Amino acid sequence: MGLVESGRVPKPLSKLLNLSRKYSIWAYQWGLACCAIEMGAAFASPRYDVMRLGVIPFPASPRQADLVVIAGTVTDKLAPAVVRLYEQMPDPKYVISMGSCANCGGPYWDSYSVTKGVDQLIPVDVYVPGCPPRPEALLEGILLLQERIAHEDMAERWKGEPIVVN
Amino acid sequence: MRTWPSAGRVNPLSSTDTTDAAAEAESGAVVETDAAREAVLAELIERLGDAVLGSHIRPGDDLWVRIDRTAWREAAEAVKAMGFTFFDYVSAIDWLPSPFGRDMDAQEDLVVSGAEPKEPAPIVQGYAGGDTRFQVIAHVYSIATATGIHLKADVPDDDLSLPTWSGVFAGANWHERETREMFGITFDGHPNLINMYLPTDFQGFPLRKDFPLLARRVRPWPGIVDVEPMPGAADSEEGDAE
Amino acid sequence: MTAVSDPSQLSDLVAEATDTRVNLDFESEGMTLNMGPQHPATHGTLRIVAKLDGEQVISAEPICGYMHRGYEKIVEVRSYPQINALINRIDWLGSFANEVPFILAAEKLMGVEAPPRAQWIRTILFEMSRVANISLFLGDFGLQLGGMTAGFYAFRDREHVLNMIESATGGRFHPNFDRIGGLKDDLPKGWIADSHVAMDKLLAFCDEMEDLLVGNEIFQSRTRGIGVIPADIALNYGLSGANLRASGVDWDLRRDGCPPGLVYDQADWKVWTHPDGDCFARTWVRLQETREAAKIVKQLLDTIPAGPVMAKVPRIIKVPEGEAYVATENPLGEMGYYIVSKGELVPFRVKIRSASFNNISIVPWVARGAYVPDLISILGSLYFILGDIDR
Repeated sequence: MGLVESGRVPKPLSKLLNLSRKYSIWAYQWGLACCAIEMGAAFASPRYDVMRLGVIPFPASPRQADLVVIAGTVTDKLAPAVVRLYEQMPDPKYVISMGSCANCGGPYWDSYSVTKGVDQLIPVDVYVPGCPPRPEALLEGILLLQERIAHEDMAERWKGEPIVVN
Repeated sequence: MRTWPSAGRVNPLSSTDTTDAAAEAESGAVVETDAAREAVLAELIERLGDAVLGSHIRPGDDLWVRIDRTAWREAAEAVKAMGFTFFDYVSAIDWLPSPFGRDMDAQEDLVVSGAEPKEPAPIVQGYAGGDTRFQVIAHVYSIATATGIHLKADVPDDDLSLPTWSGVFAGANWHERETREMFGITFDGHPNLINMYLPTDFQGFPLRKDFPLLARRVRPWPGIVDVEPMPGAADSEEGDAE
Repeated sequence: MTAVSDPSQLSDLVAEATDTRVNLDFESEGMTLNMGPQHPATHGTLRIVAKLDGEQVISAEPICGYMHRGYEKIVEVRSYPQINALINRIDWLGSFANEVPFILAAEKLMGVEAPPRAQWIRTILFEMSRVANISLFLGDFGLQLGGMTAGFYAFRDREHVLNMIESATGGRFHPNFDRIGGLKDDLPKGWIADSHVAMDKLLAFCDEMEDLLVGNEIFQSRTRGIGVIPADIALNYGLSGANLRASGVDWDLRRDGCPPGLVYDQADWKVWTHPDGDCFARTWVRLQETREAAKIVKQLLDTIPAGPVMAKVPRIIKVPEGEAYVATENPLGEMGYYIVSKGELVPFRVKIRSASFNNISIVPWVARGAYVPDLISILGSLYFILGDIDR
């Protein structure tokens, strides 16, 4: 991967790499609050079945994961754990912030113990709004993330703005 | 206010507007006295003597007893011996009216913009009376008789402490930790009085009334506002201004 | 084990160890096992610090607070309808059940009674949320003990109940359907027939779970005789719900202390208890509870009275001065709200008595002397929801 690090990837190769990365996202299983149930419904239930999108929700360790879905309320006490989890993930890594609490604090906007937005701690690729978002909304977020991966220049990865599901 | 005939007596699939005279009369009868709870209170007074400072009974519903704080542990032993073996919770109430006003932001804004802050309202304690700003409240339950007792104890400001219940009701351990963390009331003899929820370096006691919600100060709740003018309304307003 | 020089501390440790059958004579290299806060099997973050002697747990201390959102403080600056929307999220699997005791407590202070039809629908939705909650427990517990299939089945069949809750309330997860004095809306057309079908599916799911999970030999060997809680200890810690009934205490707030406003006396159902008090008993009692809940729903669906669903209440809700405590039998156990009102738009103080907080406080007691794999069985069978512990 020396080519990627030096920022000189030939376009066809980059496209091929992105295509294969897009359909093999390993998502870390980690639920925080209510959203975790909807994430569970999207990941583990036969009705929504995230695997048909090429997302593999198996890793129980952040060291094997490409994607983490921050599904739920992040509190100030939990913040160091979130940062450590993110740092443990190997590059390239992606973050989906699911639900109002992770996006901006949500219904706990005035609480003394809730972190108002996980983007204060780690960079976020896709925000999925809702309280909690339906499993379909999370799938939409994953589709948008895949689109982003398909078109991304690996060297320029963090320069883009986060995208929001409408 | 409109009341309804008790649900159990209504004929299913019938309109509720047709009232049964007997049901009407029965639901009208209000329970004035509550012999069972009176008896519980009498027994508690017998066991604790002068330590029972006040009481309140809502007939057919609930019982509040205020205990002297030196007899707090004895009270736990007494209610346990009386059959109230189910431990429900221990918490506290801060009776100080919030210095920030009801909305916590509006009053604060007033003060910032130079207006006179309101006179603080007097402290008024609830059922069974009280003398102090902080009161500890506990609830125990008797499974045999399906009744509960709310026990209250005054905690004076200069000595925010109570004897612990954790030796009597093991479940009180965590509740007392929570109360200590949220109100700053310590429990003497508690084995492990460390923070339950918050990081150890957290400043202040959140459930005290004078603990401000800083997020509301930084970004006050806007209330119901139309940030975007309505398409038609904006034109007409402009028209009016001209 | 780390070296302990302080004699009093040492004697404490020895007393603790003799208490729990841990053999200090063969003291191996002790270690501290830190479970969490990131743990893939939980939806929520609980950290357990367990001190081990070989495979045995000497002490296990849960560290909570990773999900503490400060409910009791922020409800003091919210009006009653706003609180109703917020408290759905305490026990997020049985959302509707969270609203009911709060609304009943406020109604008690206001002297309002919901019309019969509203009481019926409330009870039905309450039981539906119980089914939605506990059916996920059955799957999740299987998952934690290594039976993946149970998890898939639970997520599949839970959708039937969620669909019914959604079509009645508009919210799949957090309905916010209860109002002081009744309900937001009446039931949609055809809902009753559909609910019968959904409940039949859930009853079939319970049978399936009984064969697949509870009857499984591996499951039984991992739960029978593990984490036994005697009745008096359970009462002492304030355990409630299925955890208490699994210890042989025949007590259910739906039957014994049902607050006015719920119509459990209109249905024919049973409170199940189990004498063993172990992990298996807790699972079994919950399985029966799901069945009974489905039966209650099916019976009440046939007897819903006609009439309005909302009593006359003022448009702006001000609750008169007073104090009230109302507790109901929620899916996780006793959940109660102690409301202190000063006659304003917002409550003066709300103490939220949540079931999981008491249920999980027994972990240090019950985990002592257990083996590490059994710790998972114990935690799973006590069935806590993090939002319900930390609030």
